Amino acid sequence: MSKLSRLRLAGTKNMAIIETKNLTYTYPGATKPSIIDVSIKVEKGEFVLITGPSGCGKTTLCRCFNGLVPHFYQGELKGEISVAGVNTLEHHTYEMAKHVGLVFQNPENQLFALSVEKDVAFGLENVGVPREEMRKKVDWALNLTDIYDLRERSPHEISGGQQQRVAIAAVLAMEPEIIVLDEPTSFLDPLSAEKIFEVIYALNKKQGITVILVEHRLDLTAKYTNHLIVMDEGKIRFEGNPREILSTEETRLIGVGIPKATLLYQMLKKDGLNLNDNIPLSSEELADQLMEALKPK
Amino acid sequence: MIVAEDVHFFYPNKVEALKGVSLTIKDGEFVAIMGQNGAGKSTLVKHFNGLLKPKLGTVRVDGVGTTKTSVATLARNVGFVFQNPDHQLFSETVEDEIAFALKNFGFEPEVIEKRVTWALNLLALTQYRKTSPFLLSGGERKRVALASVLAWDPKTLILDEPTIGQDHEQKEKLRQFIMQMQTQKKTVVIVTHDVEFVAECNPRVVLMKEGKIVADGMGKEILTDPALLELSSIVLPQIAQIFTKLSLLGFPKDIIDIYEAKEIILKAQESRLRK
Amino acid sequence: MSVFDGLRFRKVYSPIHNLDPRIKFIYVIIIFVIAILFYQIIPLLFLFFLQIPFVLLARVQKQWLRSLRGASFLAGFIFIVNVATTYFTSGYTLLAPNVENAAAMTLRFVVLVESFSVFFLTTSPDHLGLALEESRVPYEFAFAFTTAVRFVPVLAEEAQTIMDAQKARGLELEKGGLLKRIRNYVPVLIPLIVSAIRRSLELAEAMESRAWGATKQRTNLYLLKLHRGDYALLAITVGILVAAIYIRWFVPIPTITQLI
Repeated sequence: MSKLSRLRLAGTKNMAIIETKNLTYTYPGATKPSIIDVSIKVEKGEFVLITGPSGCGKTTLCRCFNGLVPHFYQGELKGEISVAGVNTLEHHTYEMAKHVGLVFQNPENQLFALSVEKDVAFGLENVGVPREEMRKKVDWALNLTDIYDLRERSPHEISGGQQQRVAIAAVLAMEPEIIVLDEPTSFLDPLSAEKIFEVIYALNKKQGITVILVEHRLDLTAKYTNHLIVMDEGKIRFEGNPREILSTEETRLIGVGIPKATLLYQMLKKDGLNLNDNIPLSSEELADQLMEALKPK
Repeated sequence: MIVAEDVHFFYPNKVEALKGVSLTIKDGEFVAIMGQNGAGKSTLVKHFNGLLKPKLGTVRVDGVGTTKTSVATLARNVGFVFQNPDHQLFSETVEDEIAFALKNFGFEPEVIEKRVTWALNLLALTQYRKTSPFLLSGGERKRVALASVLAWDPKTLILDEPTIGQDHEQKEKLRQFIMQMQTQKKTVVIVTHDVEFVAECNPRVVLMKEGKIVADGMGKEILTDPALLELSSIVLPQIAQIFTKLSLLGFPKDIIDIYEAKEIILKAQESRLRK
Repeated sequence: MSVFDGLRFRKVYSPIHNLDPRIKFIYVIIIFVIAILFYQIIPLLFLFFLQIPFVLLARVQKQWLRSLRGASFLAGFIFIVNVATTYFTSGYTLLAPNVENAAAMTLRFVVLVESFSVFFLTTSPDHLGLALEESRVPYEFAFAFTTAVRFVPVLAEEAQTIMDAQKARGLELEKGGLLKRIRNYVPVLIPLIVSAIRRSLELAEAMESRAWGATKQRTNLYLLKLHRGDYALLAITVGILVAAIYIRWFVPIPTITQLI
């Protein structure tokens, strides 16, 4: 039985899989901290969306989850942090790799092998998984990310979107409880970006993997989550239901890209259109509401 | 004015990247060249400043054929800002970085001084004049790259994927910047696959697929034509997605602007209530 | 440079490509040793022509000829120097045996270059990397090798982009005297280096995040197995070596001069 299915059976639904208290970190040589007093709680199986203007600290926070901060970047991490029951301050990054997978922004710089499947196997090779088992896990990860027929290709031959799916598969193969993705679609066109989000969403819904996604494109991603975290200048400004957060003036003023559907909804409601109180996060939701409100009597 | 006539281009590996592209861009126009990765967008715009020369066909910039003209000469009038600012930055100070092109083009030192100050001001970089560009943030480095191209005040500005990695604020500033360039009567060409950004700017859109131009018209028409978009693997902008559904109630399909959307819906509501 | 052309791998599959790189390498080393054993031209000629069936079987004739062409410059130089030295030291006379010796030296050089060329032409970087991984070489080196190969096309493209970006700012790389031209490459080299450093940092992050260093006993998804063809090549290699040793010490070899 795989590690994940064992966890799913044994797991209690509302258990915090990530918990931080007053996390503060300054990069060595920096004049001010990148994250200040960050206290968050993520439940097992959640799909969390983190957003905020450039430089707000979301990238630094991601790197706290698997220990890159502070082990790789040095410097002092103040506060408490527990990820999958493990205190990252006391464990090497390679130990955290079993629990947390991190997918980065640039697809090209995450793939080092000469074939896709060798890349997906990289983490398993590092840990010393025997060949037979490794083969199974690699194939499983390749299938879940829909890149099985690309397995013998070289990373340079495939598109950015496909490369990013390889990176996700590579992280997935280690069967982590949590996958963190730091702006994974920055370099991708909207169609490839949507494909990535679909893959991630399926991993969350069907495999029960806790997902933490850092994104600017709220148009495409706000609909997947009910736990939104908005950061600004190193601090958490808002945390909670995206429908409430994205409809406030303060959020807009921070510089967050509110989904067009939400903006239009607010504009129409203000000017008297009779729409229900469900704040839409996607064009589909608003379209449905408008159809309802505007259909001929 | 940039005129491309039946341009064919082959990369060294024999791949035909442009299969007979004809395009005219008039002075002062704002054009967005869109299409999937590999459609030939960047290949096409690299012909406008001579970085690439057509194998067949011609490209003329302000009447001058590009085939026999050097990039340095063409660059005087066509400024090209590449996607990744780190591919340009190499100087010790932001000031030197901006002055680089001016020196290459043989401007006088006093003129260089003035132009550098002007460019720094324009992109809110004055406080970083003596800073090393490598110490700046990603967004700031992008501005330095932009300033270094604007410094010599080219008539035409080409921006290759300017919205990648930018947050909402930065994109908004970029949009305003382009509007500013437009008021200064500059020709602006952007290569992008960011549909939302283009929807907000509503420029002329040239859609490419597999080395050919498949559509050329107003953003409004092209970005709301589902058949076209499917052909070239682009997604509909959010507002257009809403109106595609609403068209079932008789609403127009070619809406991409949020304010226009509001007006149309409210008007429809009014007339509904009056009935 | 055309000598390097011969060293670049093409994705053509042939029986030679599929042979175990370790066995191929042993074969190349043996050819190397045999080439050194002989100074007469006839066995060296034989060694040279021995490569040809491999080249034809692997269908890499074009690239192989190109590397030959590249090596010919250096080969010609070796020949001329050899002939010249013997010419001067033997009292300004051009003796046939000396010319033949010079030709033999040159041929020895060519055989060495060509056997390595065939090796690299018929071995994919993947296979090379695998061979390195399975050998006693520390994993870091094998990893450095495969990662370097993986990023060569990426860096090449990046270099081109950087050159384009700077050309678009008026940089003229072809103009000016030698010193100016070297200075002109600074705006290309610096972004390239900075970018390489940034890339290494991102790669390192990704490696750490995928449990790099978790254990010294790394396992491998792939396994290099020896097949019939590999044993056949090994047998041929050993056979040639034995024959060569025997001929070298027990069979007198005529020179071409003597035959004429």
